[in-house]
Amino acid sequence: MIKLRLPGWARLPRQPLLRHLLFGAVGVAFFYVLSISLSDFNDFQLGEVGVYAIAIAGLSVLTGVNGQISLGQGAFLAVGAYTLGELEVHQSINLVLQLLIAVAVSALVGLIIAVPATRLRGPYLAGMTLLLALALPFLSDKYSSFFGGDQGLITLPPNAPGSIDPQRWLTWIQLFCALLVVVLLANVLSSRFGRSFRAVRDNEVAASLAGVHVARTKVIAFVISSACAGLAGALLVLSTGVVNTGEFPLSLSIYLLAGMVLGGAGTLTGAWWGAILVVYLPNQWSQSIANAFHANHLVGANLAVIIFGAVLIVVMLAAPAGVQGGLRWLGHRLVTVSTGPKPAGNISVTLQDQPVSKQDRDGPESDRAATSID
Amino acid sequence: MRLFWNITLGGVSEGLIFASVALGLVLIFRATNIINFAQGAMAMLTTFIAFSVLGKGVGYWPAFVVALACGLVLGGVVQLVLIRPVQNKPPLNAVIVTFGLLILLEGLAGAIWGNSNRGFPAAFSQSGLVVGHTSIAFSHFDVFIVVAVLALVVLVALLFRFTTLGLRMRAAAFAPEAARLLGVRVSWLLTLGWSFAAVAGALAGLLVAPTSVFSPTFMDLILVYAFTAAVIGGLDSPLGAVIGGLVTGLALAYVGGYLGGALEPIGALVMLIVVLMIRPEGLFARPTARRV
Repeated sequence: MIKLRLPGWARLPRQPLLRHLLFGAVGVAFFYVLSISLSDFNDFQLGEVGVYAIAIAGLSVLTGVNGQISLGQGAFLAVGAYTLGELEVHQSINLVLQLLIAVAVSALVGLIIAVPATRLRGPYLAGMTLLLALALPFLSDKYSSFFGGDQGLITLPPNAPGSIDPQRWLTWIQLFCALLVVVLLANVLSSRFGRSFRAVRDNEVAASLAGVHVARTKVIAFVISSACAGLAGALLVLSTGVVNTGEFPLSLSIYLLAGMVLGGAGTLTGAWWGAILVVYLPNQWSQSIANAFHANHLVGANLAVIIFGAVLIVVMLAAPAGVQGGLRWLGHRLVTVSTGPKPAGNISVTLQDQPVSKQDRDGPESDRAATSID
Repeated sequence: MRLFWNITLGGVSEGLIFASVALGLVLIFRATNIINFAQGAMAMLTTFIAFSVLGKGVGYWPAFVVALACGLVLGGVVQLVLIRPVQNKPPLNAVIVTFGLLILLEGLAGAIWGNSNRGFPAAFSQSGLVVGHTSIAFSHFDVFIVVAVLALVVLVALLFRFTTLGLRMRAAAFAPEAARLLGVRVSWLLTLGWSFAAVAGALAGLLVAPTSVFSPTFMDLILVYAFTAAVIGGLDSPLGAVIGGLVTGLALAYVGGYLGGALEPIGALVMLIVVLMIRPEGLFARPTARRV
């Protein structure tokens, strides 16, 4: 056990907004350095990590924090993607406006689905969103003149200012959006909304007795999740350059679910671990593994799917808290950080299961009691 | 008018296929409160095993029996290895595990048999029967579908109503604690329930495969249609599953026949939403208070 005693100025700010903005700024610096030191192709994949982190973070809020499960995350990605595609085809407007419209449209579709969905519990909602993920691609078959049929719609990468490499510029846009979304979600989760999300997840009756409007809370969580997915879809087609239904199979929804489960349901940091898995496993790792074992091409083509399935099962059976849960546990076991005199009012921080709760571990006995509630 | 009757006949045989998958979902849900989203993928796997057995040149019926036997084993193994550990965890865990199994089995089937579309032989001729002088959209194979699914339903009904095993299974499903105190081996009966459900699924796979493209994902849509059927039927009544299957099959046949096949999944989604909005407990189940 390592005990760290930090001076007072090194303590994280206690206001959630400041703390999250600080993390966001560190993220911006980190990704800037990372992206300029990577090649074009690696930049492309780094941008995709950001995109999938947005989708998984939304799913994580919905499933991990609010306790609703959605298999339709891929469908909402498609909504955002097609919205951006239509905007690009029919008129050229500002990229920021395009992204905002894509978010608004997918949030609206999410709202329409959420109203019946929030009356449902676990398996019913899972079945309905599964049907949504399977059914939505058929709309583009039926109305192929509008949705571009099998070829889909063509999108152009955004123009980079000055002499910046276009691919790098797109990666920056994607990563900036991802950091922005994560900071916003972190704020939502530490607000009144976040507390009601958790209260509804843990016990709907108790939550409604405590004055939480259960149905409205579930709708809000669902809309947040679908808005995130819509933004991710719109950002994704900026780099793929084409929108068609082949980009959004059922397996995409299941990959996102697996990424969320692996990273740790309900944690925003975990969304990044999940996104790394979703980007690198199908494209690179599965091929390397297949080559290492001299597997035939059928195995190579299906290895990623098999691993995603195995990840879902194994993580759920063995470590439902996922990677982030494991890291937190490890962090608590190995390092305790204390920051001089304890600030008052820490108990409420512990009850909100904030990521800084490691500050509390070294406190006096009264705080031990609080952590055991957590 | 002839179009209408042909669509109706097609809807009946489709609906009975949905019913057999729905029956599997209901058997499992009733006993364990879990929706087995891997029901379709498990059926896909047993059908591919039958496909390999057929490739050995042993004829249709041995392969048919092998598929059902594999279903029996697969259902039990899945319950023992994967479902038991999450049985008493939050319901989302079981949902996620069955989804993991869904995609795992599809990946395995793709790795073994490939992802291309194939054809699967039918037990009987698939050309339409001739009534009077006109050929109708109902073949010998459709007759086989009707007979096979009805036989399955009757067997399930007989099992639950007239045998000690069926009584024990019902007791284990409805009052596990009391049944356990009376000496019923509840956990083994749950395993057996999964086995029976997987046999129903295996039958459905053999009935669907000749009528559609045969690839590792061929049961995906059938599964969600069967889920719709099971929800319409109330999720805990085997008879409701059959009626729900017929309702879903007919409704989707009319949507597909008159509005275009691409709208069938959208039609199912609309049906599911409407039913869940109006009667979340299903059309045929007695409404019960939700347990909190």
